[in-house]
Order: sequence, then structure tokens, then C-alpha cells
Amino acid sequence: MNLTLLMYLVPSLIMFGCGVYGFLTRKNMIAIMISLELMLNSVDINFVVFNRYLFPEQMEGMFFTLFAIALAAAETALALAIIINVFRVARKVDINQLTKLKF
Amino acid sequence: MDYSQFLYMPQEIGLLLVFLLVFIYDTFMPARMGKHLPMFATIMTALYTVYSFFPCPDSWGVAFGGMFEANAATWVMKNILNVGVLLVMLQSVKWTNDDFVSVRRGEFYELLLLTLFGMFLMISSRHFLLFVIGLETASLPIAALAAFEKRHYESHEAAAKYMFTAVFSSAIFMLGISFVYGLSGSLYFRDIATTILGQKSALLILAVAFVIAGVGYKLSLVPFHQWTADVYQGAPTAVTSYLSVISKGAAAFAFLVILVQVFGSVYAQVWQWMLYAIIILTITIGNLFAMRQRNLKRFLAYSSISQAGYIMLGVIAANQVGMASMIYYVLVYIFSNLAAFGVIAVIERATGKVTIDDYNGLFRTNPWLAFTMMLAMFSLGGIPPFAGFFSKFFIFVGACQTGSVAIYVLVFIALVNTIISLYYYLLVVKAMFLRQDDCVVPYIDSHWTEELALTVCVMGIIAVGVASGIYTFISQITASTTVAPMFTMVG
Repeated sequence: MNLTLLMYLVPSLIMFGCGVYGFLTRKNMIAIMISLELMLNSVDINFVVFNRYLFPEQMEGMFFTLFAIALAAAETALALAIIINVFRVARKVDINQLTKLKF
Repeated sequence: MDYSQFLYMPQEIGLLLVFLLVFIYDTFMPARMGKHLPMFATIMTALYTVYSFFPCPDSWGVAFGGMFEANAATWVMKNILNVGVLLVMLQSVKWTNDDFVSVRRGEFYELLLLTLFGMFLMISSRHFLLFVIGLETASLPIAALAAFEKRHYESHEAAAKYMFTAVFSSAIFMLGISFVYGLSGSLYFRDIATTILGQKSALLILAVAFVIAGVGYKLSLVPFHQWTADVYQGAPTAVTSYLSVISKGAAAFAFLVILVQVFGSVYAQVWQWMLYAIIILTITIGNLFAMRQRNLKRFLAYSSISQAGYIMLGVIAANQVGMASMIYYVLVYIFSNLAAFGVIAVIERATGKVTIDDYNGLFRTNPWLAFTMMLAMFSLGGIPPFAGFFSKFFIFVGACQTGSVAIYVLVFIALVNTIISLYYYLLVVKAMFLRQDDCVVPYIDSHWTEELALTVCVMGIIAVGVASGIYTFISQITASTTVAPMFTMVG
């Protein structure tokens, strides 16, 4: 069976949509972080697939993906540090408690 | 590999050198020398800023196979950001020696310099990989800076909000880039611009929308502005001023580079109307929300949202005047906003008061602070003798030169909004000069570094507007560089 471009792109976009959905609905900050990871990783899939199917003579997309993975790792590390800080103060990682600053 | 290419980035290398010096000082100097670190970092940055002012046209060119470009326009942009960072550092020398912050003062200056480095990469990059790295370098450390005041819960909340929205928007931005890559097969700005010339496909529109959303988040343009007020209010004032001025200015420059260099060839087909709607929303909603704020930091957050809308007018003008006036606008905005934040920081550090009502009768006890704040408000509002008037004027002239009726309507809406904005800017002035209060802020003896920073800001507000040479200089520079292949394409 031949896998076409679309067979990769559609799951990747569904993954991105799941990430957005999770980001908007989840209450736990760790779960929000996981949703963000989903979004970032679906972008990586996009790059690799575009590179593999449309422009196989170059490696630009692959390299972008490598860097994007590193950036995602840095983002996660920083976000976890901030979540830990919030946890120290409030003893919870619930997003609903971040309501002191509004309007 | 040809290592001499690094000579094309003298400003970046100088900045890294300053960073390394501060880092070495922070790590290896004995603890009793620690209290001199803020001064050391500020002096180093001042020296570097002076060094960076001398242009070296020999080193302007393209490096790393076209990934990095330095030219006269990027040189001017980077110098403007340098001046802003220097002022922020001057303002925060005293604050970083406070008891609760002094343990981490080294990190404050290091992260400040690193984010500036990321912004330089953003401005100079001509390849999306370098751009994304610059964008992340410029936005991630700010989340750490926002969480700087550990004893304040608000600081953590601001950091968390900034962090989540930053990662969300960068994911959306990268999705947009992946679509651009799928369309054009390259990540070089030049190649993309030639491939998509004249195209109008659904994928392209989606890609441009995602890219605008990603960078518009950093600029806090309106549909993506929700984080701004919360983060500005929660973060320490020094970080807020950095965020509102330097980060925003750099994002505006980067936005200009991307829209012009990459998507300039599809200006009329794809993004003119997107930006049109965004500008109207940004200016209007920023203004309307600013009116009902009582906290000055939130107030300036919404004011900075509407200022970002004016900055974008220079981009939608899509001509050389628009570009020059946009750079000029950012310069003036840096002086005005830093003056306002400087006053707020001084008063907040001495008394902890940040609402407009706390400023009642400030003129009687602290005439100079009130005077500085008044000049800043006048400049932000665009009252004639000050720089803010000229920057708005040039932006409007640039937009009107396009000659299209739609843009005239846009300029008219912006003009009406300028008048509306006078209302809330003058509210602050009124509180300081006309109102009375029983518990007025007592006389504050501010540190000489803060006074110096405020003096420079005041001089900037007055001089940049009157000295017409500055605008002429920026205008000549933008005319001489090839930052904008689009302007030849669109005509």
C-alpha cells in the first residue's frame, strides 16, 4: 500500500486540533503543557512530510524539525519550572486559580 | 566553512561579549562585589551602545548562505533597541539591589541581554529557521523574568499566563511556516517571495494568517492581546517596561521584515485586508479598554496595544515613508513609554502605589516626577510640540501616500482614536496636577541612575521631535537599503 501525502497531513492536523482543544478545555496546567506539546509535534510531522514527499532533494524541513524539537524541549522545561513555582505558592496546579489579575 | 562571515555580525558579537562579561562577573566575583554588578552591566552596555553607534558599512552584507543580513536599516533598528535596553537597565539598577531581588540580580541582566540577542537575530534573519530561533530566544526568557519577584503571587501568575500564550502562539506560527514550506519548498525569505509571487491559494492565505497571528501575539495586536494587561500588571515594573518597549519594538521590526520580505509579493491579494481589520480593531479596542483602567500598569498595557496599531499603520502603507516613519515611531515610543514606566517604577518602589488615584496631587510633592509623567502622556497622546506628535504625523503621511480610499478611511479612524486617547492620557495629568488628596505620595528621593534615565527620556521626548535631522537620517537610510523588495513589486 502506498502512503500518500494526505495520509500524513490529515492525522497531523487532527493532532494539532486536539492540542488546541486540550489547551482551551483542560484545567490542569500539566495537561495544558501536554496539549501544547501535541501542537508543536504536529508541526514537526508537517515539516518532515512536506520535505519527504514534495522536496526530497533537500533536507531543509528535516533540519527545521530538529531545531523545533530542541525549542519545544526548552519551552517545556521553562513551563514546568513556572508551574512548580505556582505550585509552591498555591499548592495546586489548577489553571482556575490564576484569577488574581483580571480586567 | 568560512569563519570570516562572523564579521558580518559586529553588533551581535559585541552584545554576546557584554553578556559573557556580565556572566563571568556574576559567577566568579566574590559575593561582596555583587552589589556593583548592576552598575557594571549598565556601564558595559553603555560602552557597547556607543560602539554600536559607529556604522561600519564594510561589514554590511549577507552571511551564512543568505540566512543573515546586516545593512543600514537593521543597524538603525538595533541601535534603537540598544538605547532602550540601556535606559531599562539604568532604571532598574536600584531595584535589582533591593533585598528580595538582589540574590538573582545577575540573572536579570543576563536574560535581558540574551533576549536582546534573540531580537537582533529576528531582525537580521533572512531564513525562517534563524527567525524562529530568534523569536524563541527573545520570548522565552521574558517568562522567566516575569516570575522574577518570587514573593509576589501576581508575578508567578503573570509568568504562567505569558508562558502558555507564548508557546501556543509559537506553535501556531510554526504551523504557518510549515504551510509556507509546503508551498514553496524553501525557508529562505527570498526564495519564498519569488515562488509565491502573484499566487492566491487557500493554503497561502491560511499560512499568512497563522504567521500574522504568531507575530501579532508578540506585538499584542487585538485578537491576540488578551495576555498583555495581565502580564504587564503582574510582572515587576522593570520587566514590564522592557516587555512593552523593547520586546514590542523588536516584534514590530520583525513583523515589517517578514511581511515585506516574505509576503510582500502577495500584499494586495492576501494580507492587506487582514492587516486593515487588525489595525482598526487594535487601535479602537486598545483605546476603549484603556479608559476604564485604574491601575497604571494595566492602563499603559492597553495604551501600548493601541500604540501597536499605529505602528502597524507604517507597515500597511507599504512604501518607503511608511517604513521610515515606523522606525521613527518606535524610537519616539521607546522614550515616551520608558519615561512613564520610569516614574511608575520610582513611585512603586518607594510607596507601593500604582493606581491613578494614588497620583492625586503628585505635582505638589514631586514636581519633577509629575512633570516627566506629563511629558510622557503628552507624547503618547500626540500633543504638538513633543515627539509623539511628529511620529504620528509621519505615520499618517506615509499611509496617505498610498492614495487608496480605503487607507484614507483607516487614517481617519486612527485620527479619531487619537482624539479619544487624549481623554485618558489627560486623566493621569489631571490627577497629578488638579486633584487634591489627603494622603498624597510623599516626596521621593530617587536614585541618581533613575534620575539620569528619566532625564534622557525627557530630552528624547523633546529633542527627537524638534531635531528634524533624526527623521531625515532614518528616511535616507531606509531609502538606501534594499530591505524592501516588495516596494518595487507593488510599486
